[in-house]
Amino acid sequence: MKFAIQINEGPYQHQATDSAYLFTKTALEKGHEIFRVFFYHDGVGNGTRLTTPPQDDRHIVNRWADLAEKYDLDLVVCVAAAQRRGMVDAGEAERNGKDATNIHPKFRISGLGQLIEAAVQSERLVVFGD
Amino acid sequence: MSELHTVNKSPFEKSSFDSCVEHVLEGSAVLLYEDGVYAAIRGTAAEGKVKSAQGVKFYALGPDLKARGLSGERVTDGVEIVDYAGFVDLAAEYDKVVAWV
Repeated sequence: MKFAIQINEGPYQHQATDSAYLFTKTALEKGHEIFRVFFYHDGVGNGTRLTTPPQDDRHIVNRWADLAEKYDLDLVVCVAAAQRRGMVDAGEAERNGKDATNIHPKFRISGLGQLIEAAVQSERLVVFGD
Repeated sequence: MSELHTVNKSPFEKSSFDSCVEHVLEGSAVLLYEDGVYAAIRGTAAEGKVKSAQGVKFYALGPDLKARGLSGERVTDGVEIVDYAGFVDLAAEYDKVVAWV
């Protein structure tokens, strides 16, 4: 079955991102397809490559990236939510005159249309949030 | 149209569990996870609401019960404990997933 996942909360703040990761990982292991994972609102914080948690804690960003590497996942960060929270890729840095980027290379920044498309193209949309 | 309703808030913190059980239709199911698992505990104000929902199946996520120190014996009769694989199966089994976030 084809699933789309929406995440509204940031890492290390709310269990939503852990629940979403474990659901996504389990679905993939069971042979389901994840059409897209869409990070919305504070969820965009899941995509910063600059995260450095203590060594004995889970690395939430790398965990998503590793899953994306293994299963060729499409990890999409909402552009409007990202701009507000300082999540920047090369295109956004140039467009908005910023001097740095922080998006992890396994994530990409795009628009809300990507969430709508994921909902339309998938058989189930599963939302994780506060 | 059957639905899987997911509730992740304690019924003693937010009203999402109460709203959910007021709206859930016969033939649908409710999955309690994260702090939502507190609604699955026997002897609480939520127990009666779980038991009086006609034709509605209730599930609780085992790892989230365990993370909160809640053993299976404390769970209300009729509430089935599932793992993440069970969560995925339920999401696929029902026609849509409604998140009470």
